[in-house]
Amino acid sequence: MRAEQGSIRAGGEPILEVIDLVKHYPLTQGILIKKQVGAVKAVDGVSFELAAGETLGIVGESGCGKSTVAKMLVHLEQPTSGAIKYKGEDITKLSGRALKAVRRNIQMVFQDPYTSLNPRMTVGDIIGEPYEIHPEVAPKGERRRKVQDLLDVVGLNPEYINRYPHQFSGGQRQRIGIARGLALNPEIIVADEPVSALDVSVQAQVINLLDRLQAEFNLSYVFIAHDLSIVRHISDRVGVMYLGRLAEIGTDEQIYDHPTHPYTQALLSAVPVPDPMAREYRERIILHGDVPSPAHPPSGCRFRTRCWKAQERCELEVPLLAVPAVFRLTDTAAAHDSACHFAEEKQVVPPEGLLEVPETEPVEPGAPKEPGGPGEPAAPDDATGKGDGPAPPSGGAHAD
Amino acid sequence: MLLEVRDLHVEFHTRDGVAKAVNGVNYSVAESETLAVLGESGSGKSVTAQAIMGILDMPPGRISGGEILFKGRDLLKLKAEERRKVRGQQMAMIFQDALSSLNPVLSVGEQLGEMFVVHRGMSRKDAKLKAIELMDRVRIPAAKERVGNYPHQFSGGMRQRIMIAMALALEPSLIIADEPTTALDVTVQAQVMDLLAELQRELHMGLILITHDLGVVADVADYIAVMYAGRIVESAPVHEIYKAPAHPYTKGLLQSIPRLDQKGQELYAIKGLPPNLLHIPPGCAFNPRCPMAQEICRGEVPPLFEVAQHRESACYFWKETLDAR
Repeated sequence: MRAEQGSIRAGGEPILEVIDLVKHYPLTQGILIKKQVGAVKAVDGVSFELAAGETLGIVGESGCGKSTVAKMLVHLEQPTSGAIKYKGEDITKLSGRALKAVRRNIQMVFQDPYTSLNPRMTVGDIIGEPYEIHPEVAPKGERRRKVQDLLDVVGLNPEYINRYPHQFSGGQRQRIGIARGLALNPEIIVADEPVSALDVSVQAQVINLLDRLQAEFNLSYVFIAHDLSIVRHISDRVGVMYLGRLAEIGTDEQIYDHPTHPYTQALLSAVPVPDPMAREYRERIILHGDVPSPAHPPSGCRFRTRCWKAQERCELEVPLLAVPAVFRLTDTAAAHDSACHFAEEKQVVPPEGLLEVPETEPVEPGAPKEPGGPGEPAAPDDATGKGDGPAPPSGGAHAD
Repeated sequence: MLLEVRDLHVEFHTRDGVAKAVNGVNYSVAESETLAVLGESGSGKSVTAQAIMGILDMPPGRISGGEILFKGRDLLKLKAEERRKVRGQQMAMIFQDALSSLNPVLSVGEQLGEMFVVHRGMSRKDAKLKAIELMDRVRIPAAKERVGNYPHQFSGGMRQRIMIAMALALEPSLIIADEPTTALDVTVQAQVMDLLAELQRELHMGLILITHDLGVVADVADYIAVMYAGRIVESAPVHEIYKAPAHPYTKGLLQSIPRLDQKGQELYAIKGLPPNLLHIPPGCAFNPRCPMAQEICRGEVPPLFEVAQHRESACYFWKETLDAR
């Protein structure tokens, strides 16, 4: 399934193209005469493409602007500048009827299923409301049946149509939110942290539902989350945001196994691995300090204030999101867009086989020893003799 | 043993009936040891902690049975006055949401210093110096200048560190951390967990870490107790439980974590929903969601079976669960 999508992406036009998107919220002073004294630069130049049937994951910490991007994609926020092209047409410039037609095709699923459903409306009214705005999708007489179909599609009993949101659990409510997103047969769904508010045992159910719906309706997803393992599971490509900009973007394998931006590396290394064996193997990069305020972002590279590699150049020159020069001519997974002057490949997530059987560590050529890690994760007990080891380590862990 | 919880029962009287939040929980923590209590919302993990701390809202809550032995004394039999002396000095709690747990109209210095004024009878001036020392200890930069700041002037990670500082102020022997990093970003979470682990080593504290995050547990815990519908369904040393869970619920949780080799496939999902505490299913509370459930599971509540040394599972089919990997 995924391989097919890959080939679509290679040949086809992107269904959504975001070019240099900017959103600044003005900071004003004065009561009568408001003077602008600055701006919170929530999103400051973000560009990416989304192919039909593809899932683009966007990760980043709170305040990095990922939710603002989502809101702009569904036109809940007007960008300060930049373009959002849906099938080649810039939707930020549209208004009236043309805008309404486009919005039908880009729908959103919200994070918190407790506050995003109106408690005074029945489930039928909530899921059917989009038809009031776009009556051309379903004539009046057909709506009830359509809503029941949708309930069935998302795995809820169609007889629940007259119930109210409070009669459902969190996971079920999120299914209602998804059904509402699907009502108008959109092509793109923007999901902003759709499972973060759910219990662990219910998260998997909702992820599976989203996956199934994508195959069934050929949807494209922009999937925003901070849980990196879930993003990896569902995404074809992943973008990492920091303080209003994309730090790195690439296929899931490029980002997770061959990150070249120091922020991505720190982020990945900070994620707790649900395997106690990993304690000995992991090299954690602990970042110091906090994310700077988006009202006064640092000059040059935004990550430089917390980066262990930062040099003078990082202060003066904004790194562009492009394939770093060192990797440009190589044909490795490290050759993907990364906004760092000193991009360097570094494997921070140990390969899975390594965790299960403590084999001798395959030595990464030229891997620098960073501060904060012992850098010598040799297994204390000699377990190389185990017969059930994974594939031989010479199988191409590094392609250079 | 530093703390021993024995057969604890807590219920809440609500308009719709009695909600049985904790139904016979047993666990213990030794010095310098970390016990992770893992469970979803409504599993009773936080209520147990509140009962230990003595901060349960009563009513509607009621401790209907059991013992909480702290250094050999049953806390539930102590008078309120004596209990107060234990709380804060000998055991302390770190809450999930630092912003709502700190007083917004008092400076952090005053809140930290209050501990010393109340429990140690220090003067305000000395208490302030102590507060600065504590802030230094949890690595808040420029502690001297920031001691007069209010909680809203700190970032989320720093507020959580102030909570930690407050819990550590009187060097207690037991710390209960209730989802201490859930509200934080991953990079900040790593900072805070590191700090907590370091201070624990230094002060030889027992730590009860309450969480739903299997990753955090794997990182820091020595022992795990998995809770479901107010009961412990499995307890084991951390390495063993991840290698081979002995209860279908634990197994389901571990399987539902996305793994690399399963990309593009369906995630394993535990079917159904956590039970309503007003109507806990008879027998094993997990039986309606369990792939291994049989007639016997619907009859009697399974006792804790000894799987191995220091390892228990409340499943009639723990052997089959262990074997069917």
